[in-house]
Amino acid sequence: MAKLILSIEGATLKEIPLTKGRTTIGRKPQNDIQIDNLAISGEHAVLALVGNDVFLEDMNSTNGTFVNGQQVKKHLLQNGDSIELGKYSLKYVSEAAQHAPGADFEKTMILRPGAMPHVSPTTTPAASASAHEATSAGMMAQTAARATAPTPAAATPLGVIQILSGGNAGKQLELVKTLTTLGKPGVQVAVIARRPHGYFITHVEGASFPVVNGQMIGTQAHQLNDHAIIELAGIKMEFFLKS
Amino acid sequence: MELNAVLEMVAQSDPGMVRSNNEDSVMASAACGLAVLADGMGGYNAGEVASGMATTLLGAELEKAFVARAPDARDASGKSWVHAALEAEIARANGAIYQAAQSQPQYAGMGTTLVACVFHDNKLTVAHIGDSRLYRLRGEVFEQITRDHSLLQEQIDSGMLTREQARHSQNRNLVTRAVGIDAEVLPEIHDYEVLPGDIYLLCSDGLNDMVEDDEIGMTLGMLSANLELCAEQLIQMANDNGGRDNVSVILVKVKGAYPAAQGWWRRLLAWFK
Repeated sequence: MAKLILSIEGATLKEIPLTKGRTTIGRKPQNDIQIDNLAISGEHAVLALVGNDVFLEDMNSTNGTFVNGQQVKKHLLQNGDSIELGKYSLKYVSEAAQHAPGADFEKTMILRPGAMPHVSPTTTPAASASAHEATSAGMMAQTAARATAPTPAAATPLGVIQILSGGNAGKQLELVKTLTTLGKPGVQVAVIARRPHGYFITHVEGASFPVVNGQMIGTQAHQLNDHAIIELAGIKMEFFLKS
Repeated sequence: MELNAVLEMVAQSDPGMVRSNNEDSVMASAACGLAVLADGMGGYNAGEVASGMATTLLGAELEKAFVARAPDARDASGKSWVHAALEAEIARANGAIYQAAQSQPQYAGMGTTLVACVFHDNKLTVAHIGDSRLYRLRGEVFEQITRDHSLLQEQIDSGMLTREQARHSQNRNLVTRAVGIDAEVLPEIHDYEVLPGDIYLLCSDGLNDMVEDDEIGMTLGMLSANLELCAEQLIQMANDNGGRDNVSVILVKVKGAYPAAQGWWRRLLAWFK
C-alpha cells in the first residue's frame, strides 16, 4: 500500500502506511498522523483514498499545505511528491512504486457498482470511510504502474533536413515532431518518423519510392544516418543531425 | 452501391512491448460496412477468449442480419433495424461469453470491451461498451466520438478530476461496463452523419493510454493516403512510448457517399422484407 515518510529538516522520523480510506493530519491527538507543533493546525489536512489514487486536501489550515513548494487546496498525489506542513515534510510513496518491475501494468478490470463509494467533488468529513473496504475487496487490486505521460523523444539528437535543389534550395526544416511528411500529396509523399533510437523514412504514397544515398528504399522504414542524401518528388535534400 | 468501393478499412493488432499474449481482437469488412474491436479481460488467457468470441460472433451475426434486411429498414414501431440488430446480437454475444465464463473455471470473470460500427446510408451507427474508443478526423478536427464507460470518465464528469489529473490517476482502465460479466449488458448506441473524407479510428486503450490524442490525430491527418502505414505508425508510437498493453486499431476511410437504395419501390420492398 501507499505510504508517507515523515521527516523534519532532512531527518527521517517515521514511515506511515496509508491503510484507511481517510487519514487525517493535524496537531490534535485524535488525528491519524499527529504532528505536535504550533505551526500545524488542529486539523490541518486529510488524505483520501479513491481506488488507487490518493488525494491530499487542506482543511483550511492557518499556514496552508504545500506540495513540492506549491500551496494546494486539493491535490492528486504522484509518487515522490513532498507534502510540506510547517517545517515537516511527508514524502508520498505510491503503492505502484513499491512493487517489483514486471508486475502487470495497464490491465483493464471491471468496476462493480458498490465497490467504490461515491466521493462528492467537495469532500466532507462525513464522506464514506468504506473506501478501505472497497480497495481491500480486490476489485481494484492491480499493480498498475503510474502511466507517465508519453515522453517525447528528447534523447535523440535533433534531425534537420536541408533542401539542396529546386525553388526552396537552402531552406532548412527541423524535424521536431514525431512525424514530418515531405513531398507532394497525390504525387509522391514520404514520412520521417522521430523514434527513440533515430529517424526513419518511409514511403507513403506515389508510384516511385524515395531514394536514399542513391538507392531506392523498399516499402519498409529506412533508418536515416547522418548526412544521408534523400531524393523525393524531384527534389534533393540532405538529412543531418544537429549536435 | 458497393460499400467496399467507397469504404477502405484496415485492422491491426499488436501485443505491445510488455504483455506476452494479445487479448485484443479486431474484425473489419468494408464490403459489409462493419468494424468491430474488442479488448478482453480476465485471468490467464481468458481475455483472449472473450474478445475473440465477441468479434467472431458479432461479425458473423451482424453480416447475416444485414443481408437479410437492410440496416435502414424499420419495424412496425419505427425502430431501425440496425439498432435492433445491434442490441440483439450484442445481447447474444454477451450471453455466450457469460455462459462460457460460468461453465469453465479458467474463464470465470472474463469479459471484454466492445466498439462495433455499422456504416450504412451515409451514416454510422456505433455501439460501444467499456473504454475502447471511436475517434473521427473530419478535415482538421480530430475528436473522440464515444464516451468511456470508466471510473475516470465518471470522475471527470462529476467534476472530481480534471482531465489533466486523470492522466496521472492510478485508476486507469477500470471500466464500469463490460461484455460477458453479467447476464445482461447495456450498450450505448448512437447514429452519426458521415461525410466523404472522414476518417474513423476504433482503438483499444493500449493506443490512447500511450499516445496523446493530438499525436494520434496528426498521424491520421498525415498518413491518410496509406492506411496500412498509418495503422503501423500508430502501433509503433504506442510501443515506442512503452507499449504497456496490447494495442489495436481499425481505420476506416470514407472515400465517397454511400446512400441506401433510393427508389420508392426499393424502399417499399425494404419495408416488407
